[in-house]
Amino acid sequence: MSHARLSPRQYMILGLVSLCAPLGDTCLSRGMTGLPDITLAHPATLIAAVFTPWIGAGIALLIGFFASYLTALSWADLTFVLPATAFGNVIVALLARFWLHEPISLERWAGILLITVGVGFVARGPSLTERPATESTIAEPVTIGKEQA
Amino acid sequence: MTIPYPAPQPGFWASAAMISAIILTSTAGEVLTAAAMKSIGDLDEIRAHSGLKGAIRAVLTCPLFFAGVSFLALAFFALLFALNHLNLSLVAPASASLTLVTNAIAGKIFLKENVDRRRWTSAVLVCIGVYLLAH
Repeated sequence: MSHARLSPRQYMILGLVSLCAPLGDTCLSRGMTGLPDITLAHPATLIAAVFTPWIGAGIALLIGFFASYLTALSWADLTFVLPATAFGNVIVALLARFWLHEPISLERWAGILLITVGVGFVARGPSLTERPATESTIAEPVTIGKEQA
Repeated sequence: MTIPYPAPQPGFWASAAMISAIILTSTAGEVLTAAAMKSIGDLDEIRAHSGLKGAIRAVLTCPLFFAGVSFLALAFFALLFALNHLNLSLVAPASASLTLVTNAIAGKIFLKENVDRRRWTSAVLVCIGVYLLAH
């Protein structure tokens, strides 16, 4: 499988990474603020919180995030995946502006612009470092921490 | 009756140490997790051959994956500790944006990734963008 350019399915997985993390965090926040104060004296309330709809949805979305993040790391470089999935920050800001009608300062619009340009920049390049055919991709990471000969 | 004063903010070096702890543990976790996933191979192909159970087994039997997750858990606790002493408006943007740069450096050194000019530019643009967005 060629890794230089991504397939539509791989772009979809990167999109899932970008979407699931901020949406999951938002669901957890929404669920936890709707609950009464939880204290260590009554830990069972924390377990009960897991089964409320918002928190359940948040956990499901975060599991989806981690699964798609691991999948992306299996066929793309870390230095490609991290900037490419930073677009989630922009999605949250745009949702806050157009759905929750929160004001966005000029600084934040500048941030949105910079992230969009950065993501567009990295997405146009190769997703995986090409290695010589003789070099095993399995053996490569095991050399981490070992001293170079 | 005494009026409670807000807790004094830690000094520059203490703040820098707390934020550095988040960045270092987070970077170690990301790099180890990425190394684990590269050592396992393409999960899409593994799932095509061995099914979802085979893909999950491949991940859960990789020691590097657990090392990575352990460091990510440490990063989470370092974040909680920092939030106990510092303002969210400092910790969140500083750690989120600087981690992108340290990951680019660690990816080049430890994972031998080809961090070319395009990736450096992208990492720096996103780093500044995240800082502006979260500040």
